[in-house]
Formats: sequence, structure tokens, C-alpha cells
Amino acid sequence: MNGAQALIRSLIEEQVTHIFGYAGATICPAVDALKEHPEIGYTLVRTEQNAGHMASGYARVSGKVGVCMVTSGPGATNLITGIATAYMDSIPMVAITGQVPSHLLGRDIFQEVDITGAVAPFSKHSYLVKDANEIPRIVKEAFHIASTGRPGPVLIDIPIDIQNQEIKKFHYPEEVNIRGYKPSVKGNELQIKRVAQAIARAKQPLICAGGGVWLAGAQEELLELAERCAIPVVKTMMGLALMPSDHPLNLGMIGAHGNHCANKALAKADLLIMVGTRAADRAVVDPKDIQRRMATIHIDVDPAEIGKNMQAAIPLVGNVKVILRQLLDLDTPVTDSAAWLEQLQDYRKAELGRIFPHREGYIFPGTALRRLGAQLDDNAVVCVDVGQNQIFTCKYLPQKHGRLLTSGGLGTMGYALPAAIGVKAALPERQTVVVCGDGSFQMAMNELAAIRAADLDIKIVLFQNNVLGLVHQIQNTAPYHGSFGVALDGSPDFQAIAAAYGIPSLVVRDEDQLDQTVAEFLGTRGCCLLICSVHPDVTTND
Amino acid sequence: MKQTISVLVENRAGVLNRITGLFSRRAFNIESLAVGVTDDPTISRITIIVDSGNNVVEQVEKQLNKLIEVIKVRTLEETSMIGRELMILKVNANNKTRQDIMTICEIMDAKVDDISPTSMTLELSDTPDRLDTFQTMMRPFSILEVVRTGVIAVQKGGGKI
Repeated sequence: MNGAQALIRSLIEEQVTHIFGYAGATICPAVDALKEHPEIGYTLVRTEQNAGHMASGYARVSGKVGVCMVTSGPGATNLITGIATAYMDSIPMVAITGQVPSHLLGRDIFQEVDITGAVAPFSKHSYLVKDANEIPRIVKEAFHIASTGRPGPVLIDIPIDIQNQEIKKFHYPEEVNIRGYKPSVKGNELQIKRVAQAIARAKQPLICAGGGVWLAGAQEELLELAERCAIPVVKTMMGLALMPSDHPLNLGMIGAHGNHCANKALAKADLLIMVGTRAADRAVVDPKDIQRRMATIHIDVDPAEIGKNMQAAIPLVGNVKVILRQLLDLDTPVTDSAAWLEQLQDYRKAELGRIFPHREGYIFPGTALRRLGAQLDDNAVVCVDVGQNQIFTCKYLPQKHGRLLTSGGLGTMGYALPAAIGVKAALPERQTVVVCGDGSFQMAMNELAAIRAADLDIKIVLFQNNVLGLVHQIQNTAPYHGSFGVALDGSPDFQAIAAAYGIPSLVVRDEDQLDQTVAEFLGTRGCCLLICSVHPDVTTND
Repeated sequence: MKQTISVLVENRAGVLNRITGLFSRRAFNIESLAVGVTDDPTISRITIIVDSGNNVVEQVEKQLNKLIEVIKVRTLEETSMIGRELMILKVNANNKTRQDIMTICEIMDAKVDDISPTSMTLELSDTPDRLDTFQTMMRPFSILEVVRTGVIAVQKGGGKI
């Protein structure tokens, strides 16, 4: 058995069912070994960045570690954005890269790049393998590190000679023992009591739930806490879909681009319970102001998040699911929040009843998303890109019991389409919808080939306004002096593009036709593209 | 305020790179950094001096702890630690100035490592403050070269980090 075969064997030991990759010279031994194992599915991406996004989509809906595998040099550097995107959203991922022969490392030979060095700032850990006998241990450690504590991407860089090296005996370790890595799981009992006391005292408590709740699989615990203690919930972009939109305690998304009702609640709360969120700038614009005005509790698995963006009065470090369960076991008191909830309901109703502007011959994205949401399956997975389309979707798409996946931390355009392909690899039967703009679609539309190749049933909603809408919007706001460099001139006929891949498409320009067109779109067998014509001057504040 | 952070790390290639990379990425300033292997050959000890407020030092500690190869991080209390730095200093010296240089060396407890008709090479191991003083005293004789190792430190008493 050689190193490459040991690698694939180790992946099987880790119950890997799918790899997203792009072959190249230095990864050929591993690809060759993979060929012998049809039980592992393989998707050939059209550019390596998307292998990372697909692995991310796969990981987020399956709860498993996503795996991508590319070649050295440009393959590895193309993957960098995929790794950084996963890092910023704490997605468990193992990225495998081929590398030039180890005795030639550092000579700048063909397709050589120091990828472990390059990804150091935005990967959880990385390995440069120097002996094939270490591959089983390294894979075991990599999966452990990627999936425990605060999840994140781990890179394994394997020189081609190491892939070809014969190993003595394949032995997959049962346990890992890394002396510098022991993430906390249980929360401190004393701190948990303090949290319960703070909740009991609060009149206007508010939970702010982030992506950490999804990562810990703590959706039920969160809902139970909110319902039992009568605490309303706002979410960050990464925490969206944790609660159905029509839940009486749901107040939507906070932040610079969030729902008014959520931001109003944040402005008036007397206790903020942050769960699995880092309170970054887009979610919490002025953390110092919040610290001054209300008591804060911060529950997170990563101790470094405590006090990084916000100094919480009561920090609580550990696995969010475990901590919430500990808290629920304490016989948590019901808060006296009736008056508060009533006030919030008025805000919420105003938000839900918000009347969108209407322009003849154009579709307003908010309107389209409300109508789309009404027709989606209860557990549909919606992957949304970056730009105005992201803000509209996060604010206005009604959530039921599905998922909403987006690049919340890094804001990577072109994330949604490949992420949806990853979702399909994990959940082939699940209704999967992509929402993107004409800017982000053009960053990822080469992956229509991957959709076609596997005949994936992915529905793509494309908001076409012929401009980079969000930048256009920013440029028309002080201190800038109007649009420049954002007109998407030269864009192709997207229907012709879809047709070239054998994908049917629909266009809608009339809001009266929306319901009917959306029904036809969702009813189409296999992949379908729905182009909504959007006026270029639409802003996310309309 | 200057603070001393002791870090135990896996003695492996690339670890120092991760540590220094973390400092630049998180915009923490390093005043000095010294590395050496410990009694256990698989572990190195890094002593880092940062000049920052308590909140920043707390973040530095937490971010260092996140690195997989970091085994332990401890900020040493100024009053309960022994911190030393080694300096080698080469200064112009001739028949007229040699005796004056020797007097300062005696006062500061510095050692003469090398001597030539036009120069002297001196060695001093002490606290950074006293090294600064020594350097200031040597300046009038015209310093040719100065090399400093950065501080290494341990806590006083029988405890270890």
C-alpha cells in the first residue's frame, strides 16, 4: 500500500462519502487510488475555488466534514478563497492538496507553491506530510481538528513522492492525542447559574443566535430556551432559519442590513444573550454602545471570541448545545417579558406588512422572495450569494424548517451555486434553490457543467439588474460620487447560456406573473433557471 | 505596559512561523521574541514581550492558545519573574579609551570577549533596562555593533508554567 492508497483508506475510515476535486499532475496518485473506491462519490469542479464551496455546502447540511482535493500550485492557490470562506464561517472541512516532490521543495519548480504557508492566517491547522507512514495519523487528526471545538478548515499538503511511498502497515488510530488541543465542552456551572439569575431578573431579554447554534446542532435547545423563558430571538446572517419566520418569538436578522424589528429589539433590550456569534461589525455595528446599555451574556465554544468584539458581563465557554442543555436542566425561570413581547409584535407586524415598491416591467426582489418562499418545500435549502440578493433574501425570504446557506463572514461572490451542488451531494432528494445576482452568477456559472454532468435538480433564481447592485448603491451614497466600474456590460444572454448547458429557463418581468412563473419554475424537472428582471436603481433600503 | 508571555510549543518546523504570523495578522506588536528548546526535546519555549494593554494581552493569549501546536501560554507577573537578556557589543577602543571602558564594564559586570588594537567586544547578560544603561554608557566611545537576544524569563520560586 502506498501513501495515496493509505490516504483514501483513511478517508473511508472517516466515513467520507463525497469528494469535490480537480485532478492535476501532483495529485494523480491520490486520484488513481480513489478510482478503486466507487463508494466515494466524486464531483469534478470547473475551478478549484468551487471545490471548497461545494465541500462547505455539503458540510453545512450533513453535519459532516466536507472534503476537497486539488493539485499543487495554481490548483492550491485557486482553492484559497474556498478555504478562507469556510474559515470565516467556521465550516468543518479537510482540503487535500498535491505537492511537488519533497526533495525539490523550495526550488520554485513547476506548479510549486507554499500552500501551508499561504493558508496559515485562515485555516484552523495545516500539515505538510513528510512520511507516508504518518498519513493515517494526520488524517485522523485533521478530521478531529476540523470538526471539534470551533470547526474550521484543515489543509493536508502531500508531496507526490510521499503519495507514491510504500508504507509499512496500514493502521488507523482509534483516538487522537494532541497535547495542545483540548476544546472545552461543558460550561462552568457557576457561570450557568449566573446566567439563569440574569434571565430571571430581565424584563426585556433578547437572544441573539448565530451560526454557532447550527454548528453545534443546538436548534432544538435554542427553541426550547426561547419558548420556556419567553425570550424573543434575533439572528445574525449565519443564524438565519434557526426559527420559522412565523414563530411568535422570531424577530428576524439584526445588523446594518438587517430587519428593522430586530434592530429595534436590540436597541431596547435590557439583557442580551449572544449564542454562537462573534458579534462582528455587520451584525453589531456599535458593540461598545450595547455593552453600556444592557447586561450581556456570551456563550461560545471559542474562548478567543469572548471579549474580542464585545466584552460580555457573563462569558460562558463550551459547546453551545451542551451549555443550553445545562441551562435548561436548571429549571430556568420564566421571564416577566409579556409587555416586551407585545411591543415587539407590533414592530414585527409592521415589518411583515411592509409594502414593497412596484415598477412596471420589473420585479422587486423582496416581492419575488416572498412569493418564492410561499411555494418552497417546508425543509428547502436555499443557497444565497453575496450582494443585494443576499440582503434581500436574508431579510425577506420566509423561513420554514429548512436552511439558508450563505457566505456570511467572508462575503464571497459565487458561493451559492457551488454550495448548492454540495448540498445535493449530501441530500439528493432535498429541494435546493440558489438565489444570486447577475454579478455573482457570472463568478460561478461554469459550474452549470457540474450540475449538468450529475443531472442535479437545483433551481436557480437570478436577479438580473445588469449592475453590481450593492456597490452601485454604496457608490451613490456619501462620501462617494456616483457609479463607476459596476455596469455589467457584455453580460451574455443568460437563457442562451443555460440552453447551451441543456438547462431550461424562464424570464419574469411582471409581478402579476410571479406566482404562476415560480410554480412553473419549481415544477420543472431537474435544473431550471428563473431570471427576474430587476431595475438597476433598486436599493436594499427600498 | 510591557508584558512577558511564556509559550510552550511543539518543537517542530513551521511553528515559529505560525506564531509570528498570528501576531502580524491580528495586529499585535512584538517587542522581542526568543526561542529555545526545553529540557523535553519535543517542546520549545518562546518568550514574547508585548507592549500593550491588558485586553490586548488577553486576546494574544487566547489566540495563541488556538494554535494547535501551542501547548501552554502564561503571562508572567513582572514582580515574580526573572527576565534576562544577553547583549554582545563591539566598541571602538584605543590606548586612551580602553581603561575608561574597563571601568564601566566593572561597574556593570560586563565581560570582555575579544580585544584588538582598535576595538573591544563586550558581553553582558542582565535585565533589558540595565543593558540599555550599558549601551548608553558605551555610546560616547562609538559603538560599532550591538546584538541582543531578546528576553528570556522564568517565574520565581519552585513553580513552573
